[in-house]
Amino acid sequence: MKIARIRELLSAEILCGEDMMDCEVSSACCCDMMSDVLAYVKDQGVLLTGLVNTQVIRTANMMDMVCVVFVRNKMPTPEIIALAEESGIVVLRSALRAYEASGLLYHAGLGAHESHE
Amino acid sequence: MKAMSEPIRFHFDVDGEDFSSAGGASVIVKKKLRQLGLSPEIIRKVSIAMYEGEINMVIHANGGTADISVDDREITIVLADRGPGIPDIGLAMQEGYSTAKENIRTLGFGAGMGLPNMKKYSDEMQIETEIGVGTTVTMKIRL
Ligand SMILES: Nc1ncnc2c1ncn2[C@@H]1O[C@H](COP(=O)(O)OP(=O)(O)O)[C@@H](O)[C@H]1O
Ligand SMILES: [Mg+2]
Repeated sequence: MKIARIRELLSAEILCGEDMMDCEVSSACCCDMMSDVLAYVKDQGVLLTGLVNTQVIRTANMMDMVCVVFVRNKMPTPEIIALAEESGIVVLRSALRAYEASGLLYHAGLGAHESHE
Repeated sequence: MKAMSEPIRFHFDVDGEDFSSAGGASVIVKKKLRQLGLSPEIIRKVSIAMYEGEINMVIHANGGTADISVDDREITIVLADRGPGIPDIGLAMQEGYSTAKENIRTLGFGAGMGLPNMKKYSDEMQIETEIGVGTTVTMKIRL
């Protein structure tokens, strides 16, 4: 799925990485504990989270993720956005709650694991 | 990768006062390893192991130093702090064991998975610790 499609499904605002909308991702995860992302995530390219701090971006960077979606209309600081920009990570912001946002993406075919078709 | 006669070294001071800058050294190391042309799998292992260790120094030990060396055989990460030390390493190594307070958990850390994860992603891990003196964690990842 293209990041552009994620943006569309979640009616999200693009906070950085506009030039990466054509980038393809094949799975996502939703988590507020960065500890758990580091411990359990494999190759999910997208992180949906209600946690807003710089560590979300660094964790995504460490896990080679390409897109972070802040849910529930949470607004990251300019520092967080700058860090994402520097790391080549797209940042989206959606008014949806985590459960709804995840459900919409899952229903549209973005699973929890990379499919090997 | 090209053969190296001298190991490549990186040194960082990890600020214990500023949670928001924690992990900055790991981000730089990741970038350097990419420039050295190391494989994504190796870089992922180093990234997770070092980032967890760096976060630990900030949330449990008021900061410290990180020293990384890369030679043709392995990457060595040495994280040294002058924090409180770890009273029971066996307990600290258990998945889910954490002394982190609620304020750390609201920052997204303190699930008690850091040390087990560091062990999982390194090929060798050694912890030297003394109560009231500090902790040094040494991790090796073979190329
Ligand atoms: N550098 C350190 N200095 C002192 N104590 C530490 C250090 N690293 C880890 N610990 C102790 O070991 C416990 C487990 O660490 P870890 O597995 O990383 O989980 P977490 O950081 O989520 O608490 C910590 O809660 C803490 O009590
Ligand atoms: Mg930890």
